[in-house]
Amino acid sequence: MKLPEDLNGLKALIVPGGESTTMEILIDRYRLRQPLIDFAARHPIYGTCAGMILFSSNVDDNQACVRPLNLIDIDVARIAYGRQVYSFDRQLELTLNGGVHGVSVSFIRAPRVTRVGPEVAVLASLDASPVLVERGNVLAASFHTELNDDTVLLNYFLRKIRA
Amino acid sequence: MIDFHDDKHKVKVGLAEMLKGGVIMDVTSDEQAKIAEGSGASAVMALERVPSDIRAEGGVARMADLTVIEKIKRAVTIPVMAKCRIGHFLEARVLEAIEVDFIDESEVLTPADEKYHVDKWPFKVPFVCGCRNLGEALRRISEGAAMIRTKGEAGTGDVSQAVKHLREINSVMKSLTVMSSDELYGVAKEYRVSIDLVRMVAEIGKLPVPNFAAGGIATPADAALCMHLGAEAVFVGSGIFKSDNPEKRAKAIVNSTAHWENYAIIAENSYDLGKPMKGIDAKSIPEDEQLQVR
Repeated sequence: MKLPEDLNGLKALIVPGGESTTMEILIDRYRLRQPLIDFAARHPIYGTCAGMILFSSNVDDNQACVRPLNLIDIDVARIAYGRQVYSFDRQLELTLNGGVHGVSVSFIRAPRVTRVGPEVAVLASLDASPVLVERGNVLAASFHTELNDDTVLLNYFLRKIRA
Repeated sequence: MIDFHDDKHKVKVGLAEMLKGGVIMDVTSDEQAKIAEGSGASAVMALERVPSDIRAEGGVARMADLTVIEKIKRAVTIPVMAKCRIGHFLEARVLEAIEVDFIDESEVLTPADEKYHVDKWPFKVPFVCGCRNLGEALRRISEGAAMIRTKGEAGTGDVSQAVKHLREINSVMKSLTVMSSDELYGVAKEYRVSIDLVRMVAEIGKLPVPNFAAGGIATPADAALCMHLGAEAVFVGSGIFKSDNPEKRAKAIVNSTAHWENYAIIAENSYDLGKPMKGIDAKSIPEDEQLQVR
């Protein structure tokens, strides 16, 4: 979806990876900021990588002046796992819906969560940093799930839609 | 054996995937890089000279001085790409050592090796390579390219060659999808690539890595045209910073690429952009001066 009217009739939204600067610029240029905030108040919304940055309440050391949407009370640092040559794939163990799942995910110039608000649940961590967080409708991941065939997290998100 | 599920290759192609729908702009200074980022570019290509200047000045074109690239890296947070000469694996290693995010093994620079391209598999940094047809694309993918772009004819501001290359790749790919298995062996032989790769393309009907357009894109409508012809993102070289109003043109090209199916938005972004780069009719360039044949 690219314009406010594209949200009509949607039950949920996934904001995938990309460049958060580019996405934020286009969100403001095409008047999507408030419609997205309103949408997230009523519907499940899942952001990966750049999506997580956009959902956050604050971006540390914000050189490019990305203005996040403040959908979930976390601070993030962009590109905090390093530039592209440090990007990596990882098998994460997730406890979701009472079951333990091994999920294959990609960290690509990924954001690091540097602060988690008191009401935010940490669903997974990597080396002591939260990498998957949730509060109410909002689910956010430092990593990409859209590059792998694993559907564990998508199924989890689908359950939020049905709930 | 090509292993597209290899973790290292997956994160390389992964970054290319993240650039889809965006515009990658050639920049030669930190100021230009900031204008590009502020306009919504998804990445910048750090250069000493844009292709139209390389074309005009002639001589041997090499990897940029690293000072230029470092300055641009510090100026922006979007991915920074840089060009190495075809086959110059040492320039590529140097660019990897300073942690550029993507390397363009580019025909815009003077080739360093008349016979071989860089073996891109051992690198941690992903590569993009240019092509004019499916055979070239598949050879570059066999060598480990994580992204393919059309060559077009760089530095001309004439989009016709990018259009030709996009159409060529798409129509041949389409024909692969209806070929019998014995015909596919013939294709593999003709293209000098593995039958596995040819079968993969025949099955999915597209390249196994993102396919972007480059070469001669100068206007918002040029960018959107390439998207309609199957490009998944666009590179703009001389087209922006060789025009009268780079900032406005950069924004307009970003908007029109993101909204490539929305003609009203492309129209809104086609007013009062100032003079475009002057340009050269690509057909008027003698073959030995064309960059695409490299």
